[in-house]
Amino acid sequence: MSDTPLLTLRNLRVVYPGDEGDLVAVRNVSFDLGRERLGIVGESGSGKSTTGRAIMGLVAAPGIVTADEMRLAGKDLTSLDERGFRRLRGKKVAMILQDPKYSLDPVMSVGQQIAETHRCHFRSSMNAARAAALDMLAAVHIRDPERVYALYPHQVSGGMGQRVMIAMMLIAGPDLLIADEPTSALDVTVQHQVLAIMDDLVRSRGMGLILISHNLHLVSSFCDRVLVMYGGRVVETCAAGELSKARHPYTRGLLASLPELGRRRAELPQLRRDPAWAEG
Amino acid sequence: MIVLEHVTVSYGTGIGRIFAASDVSFRVEEGAAFGLVGESGSGKSTVLRAIAGLIPHAEGRVMLAGREMPMRRSTSERKMVQMVFQDPYGSLHPNQTVDQTLSMPIAIHKLGDSDRRISSVLREVGLGREHRYRYPHQLSGGQRQRVAIARALVLEPRILLLDEPTSALDVSVQAEILNLLARLRQIHGLTLLMVSHDLAVIAHLCERIGVMSNGSLIELTSAEALSSGRVTHSYTRQLLRSNRGFDRSGAEIVDAAS
Repeated sequence: MSDTPLLTLRNLRVVYPGDEGDLVAVRNVSFDLGRERLGIVGESGSGKSTTGRAIMGLVAAPGIVTADEMRLAGKDLTSLDERGFRRLRGKKVAMILQDPKYSLDPVMSVGQQIAETHRCHFRSSMNAARAAALDMLAAVHIRDPERVYALYPHQVSGGMGQRVMIAMMLIAGPDLLIADEPTSALDVTVQHQVLAIMDDLVRSRGMGLILISHNLHLVSSFCDRVLVMYGGRVVETCAAGELSKARHPYTRGLLASLPELGRRRAELPQLRRDPAWAEG
Repeated sequence: MIVLEHVTVSYGTGIGRIFAASDVSFRVEEGAAFGLVGESGSGKSTVLRAIAGLIPHAEGRVMLAGREMPMRRSTSERKMVQMVFQDPYGSLHPNQTVDQTLSMPIAIHKLGDSDRRISSVLREVGLGREHRYRYPHQLSGGQRQRVAIARALVLEPRILLLDEPTSALDVSVQAEILNLLARLRQIHGLTLLMVSHDLAVIAHLCERIGVMSNGSLIELTSAEALSSGRVTHSYTRQLLRSNRGFDRSGAEIVDAAS
């Protein structure tokens, strides 16, 4: 492990200009990421996905991304244009989205999609790409890679689809994987299987992982460190195991409003939002 | 209040016949809250729809308030059972204001006095007068779910069927809706039947819980038993573990079974 962080963000801002004033989706987010598992939690509209997209260079116009510093594996991202980002995506940073049903191409077999990624990044031959894709399918614990290779996205289950996505994202060997709600569309028992596979691969390859999720329990039990976002700001950073000792009123409010097994309450405390949290 | 006897729902014939629900029986007393948990495809929503009368070819007996429901239900039988769906974005008509959405059931059931009914039901679900003439896209997710609950309540039902009422909402909004449902149940003496994949949510609102898997009801238990981990079926234990956060042992069991 080297001392220089894999990813450095200083004052990342994402602004959508509008007729009635600008909408600031991400306000001055700063963090360093090593080869660790970082969780970003927050409710819808907190800017957690937008942060992930900004790192990928995927914030579409009219959105404007600015940062004092944005570095990935030594490369400056602030000056990068679309072509530069295209070269970066896949090899340096890859992203897994929520629902494999929408993020896989429906008219191409899943194996071909994985092989295409390999061909694109390594200019490999058909046969080499196919062999690499089959290896990758085996690496995500798919029993019969030959059979699954030829299946179309509608023929695979949600959990298998998400494993295919992981295979596709990891085949080019990125340094950083951003997983945006990777298991929200899956059943709870399958969720853990997918997370365990992702965890094994990320560890064995020494990658960094950013897990974006609204599920506090999941993030605190899976990650090393957690950022809590509210209104585009990081309101709190804490070690994942100590999320229950969080101090910020927003984090505490979120934790309190979750129903808990074994602790039945007549009424759940409701979160009172303080506009100052987004300003601070 | 709700009695199900050997309810079976199947699609297709011969060897291609698929059982969405097979031989499901349980009963829910008046004023009680019963929860159904299970994964997608376990048949929990199918059971709910069969109770609501949305699956005419369901076999077995459905008795509501002591009466056996016929294949084709009368207006008053329909009025008695109302349903709230998972996705408030999909279940409200995008081109109708809240007022129109709420006045339609009143007109269909010829209840009359529409203006008073709408304003009182909106107050009950915690929406103000300013929300009455808005379109769904002008409301937040939580407000939309409140409208969906108001739409069910305006007919003064005795049974409320809830199909994943909070899974599309943020946790803080989920707490608000769960509190609202608990309060409404107390005020109106409603019988609730809720479906969810979240054990903590189910155990919060319901006293008795049924666990479904592959179309069958595999275990009948209570919120207390779940909380203290006293469950008999291995599948329920696995669900319980999965709900407590990420843990490798849970993942490995699935791996062995798949």
